[in-house]
Amino acid sequence: MFGTTLVLALRSIRRHLLRSFLTILGIVIGVGAVVTMVTLGKATTAAVQASISALGTNVLQIRPGQGFGRGGGGPRPPDFKPEDVTAIANQIAGVTAVAPQASASATAIYEGANWSTTINGTTSAFLTVQPWPLAAGRYWTPAEEEAGKAVCLIGNTVRQNLFRTDDPVGKRMRLGAITCDVVGVLTTRGQGGFGDQDDVVVMPIKAVQRRFTGTRDIRLMLVGVDQAYSTATVQAAITDLLRERRHITGGKDDDFNIFDTKQISDTLTSTTTMLTRIVAAVAAISLVVGGIGIMNIMLVSVTERTREIGIRLAIGAVANEVLMQFLVEAVALSCLGGLIGLALAQLVILALVPLMQVPWTFDPQINLIAFAISAVIGVVFGYFPARRAAALNPIDALRHE
Amino acid sequence: MASNPPLIQLRGVRKVYGAGATQFQALKGVDLDIAQGDFVAVMGPSGSGKSTTMNILGCLDVPSAGEFLFRGHHIETLDRDQRALLRRKYLGFVFQGFNLLSRTTALENVELPLLYRGESKARRRELGMAALAKVGLDRWWDHTPAELSGGQQQRVAIARAIVTEPDVLLADEPTGNLDSERSVEIMELLTSLNREAGITVLMVTHEPDMAAFARTVVHFKDGLVERIETQHRQGAAVEA
Repeated sequence: MFGTTLVLALRSIRRHLLRSFLTILGIVIGVGAVVTMVTLGKATTAAVQASISALGTNVLQIRPGQGFGRGGGGPRPPDFKPEDVTAIANQIAGVTAVAPQASASATAIYEGANWSTTINGTTSAFLTVQPWPLAAGRYWTPAEEEAGKAVCLIGNTVRQNLFRTDDPVGKRMRLGAITCDVVGVLTTRGQGGFGDQDDVVVMPIKAVQRRFTGTRDIRLMLVGVDQAYSTATVQAAITDLLRERRHITGGKDDDFNIFDTKQISDTLTSTTTMLTRIVAAVAAISLVVGGIGIMNIMLVSVTERTREIGIRLAIGAVANEVLMQFLVEAVALSCLGGLIGLALAQLVILALVPLMQVPWTFDPQINLIAFAISAVIGVVFGYFPARRAAALNPIDALRHE
Repeated sequence: MASNPPLIQLRGVRKVYGAGATQFQALKGVDLDIAQGDFVAVMGPSGSGKSTTMNILGCLDVPSAGEFLFRGHHIETLDRDQRALLRRKYLGFVFQGFNLLSRTTALENVELPLLYRGESKARRRELGMAALAKVGLDRWWDHTPAELSGGQQQRVAIARAIVTEPDVLLADEPTGNLDSERSVEIMELLTSLNREAGITVLMVTHEPDMAAFARTVVHFKDGLVERIETQHRQGAAVEA
């Protein structure tokens, strides 16, 4: 009997194809919007998290100045000294390693090919804080680091643009005014939230300071925090230490900032999650509107088909069979809308993914939930018209013009 | 007849519509016995209670008071769904306006009651085609009502009514929308179903020519049975 009811419902939908399509448009748009928004929202969250975690988890970044920028007027806060690095590494509990960074820009040249890139001077602690495996070659030795020798590790973008198919390990390239030996090639990290992470040359910090920046100043410290310690506690301890070392007294503000990647990651994640939820909620409203559309058309349909209902009742259909007929029709309509909505969402996602620069994902859970909701809407909004049909008096229904 | 209880018995059936000042007594105590295999024409002016009686006999409506027995069982106490099941099992309906489902083929219309009986698709087709053959329309099985003449539509409706092999066929002015030639065809079809398949036929009509086909004619007046005639020569009026 159920199979027959379904066939009857589909036949009735096919009979009024345009009307059926317009009826389910609300559901199509609602399901499509919910699935698109949630999928893209999740993909964005994942992309943000990936670029944050590329900075290392449980890593504190310490820069001079307040906030991200240099801050308003006044004298520029001093950079850090190598002694600050040692002090943090030795005096703060829970710190696994402190990697200083000094950066410069230079043009790298190898056999006629040249490439402008960023030089990142650091110590081997950098690799403890943010592990970065090698694709080929070796890391520099402690002796090379101590002596500040001109050895370097190159990122994949630099390798591709400078060496093309050649094996760079053991080659010499010009880097600004100096010549440096390529000892290793770093593995690909890809695009992060902060540009191409592979467009970099990594050298011992002493070499960068001596040959490029000309000072012992350190622009950035990366502090690795032991998993067992809370980053907040370590952050507070470092703040106290640096205030003391930089002679900041009493009520004066810090002239440096500590950036907790985990905290930022959590904040960004919760922000994108909340935005996703708000947008999904707005989309869900169109599902309700779509449900009302279905109820409206089903009521029209019941009125239109009063005589048919009368015939069915006279022939011996019990109330429940008539109820089921209209309920199944409403659910079939809304499910059809749901399916079209899901297909539409996939198309929209495919179209938007390259624009939003997020990876394409298919989330079975949200698709399933959205489809289930469309079915439930059919039941909820189809029930009232179906009840009305089932409650008709056969004599009156047969007389209906 | 005493040994065989009547198929249908109405005992003091009353039907009241509305309440208070607008109250209207459609039936004021109808007593009527209908024997198995009879062909009954119900006649009377409009408002005489003949349609109300047919609705009650067709289990589409319930009496306000009195008893309605079908094969000795009380029907007046049954609820809506029980009456629907009774209609499904024992009754067939033919209406003045044919009441076929539009945009649905003749065969699908005839198969409709079988659908509610839960017959398989193959069995529905078989029984449906057989019923269409009985009314002489098996070649027209895939035509929709719009593609059929009035007489043909009524024959499809009769096929639909008899496809379940009911005990009783209730026909409400079955020839009301047809010309006299088609009317006679329909009446001959009903007569042969009555004689050959033994189906009890209850028919409302206001045309004496059609009533002439019946064996028993029940005249209604002012909500009561006025008189009952038994005719020995069916269709006499037309033949004369």
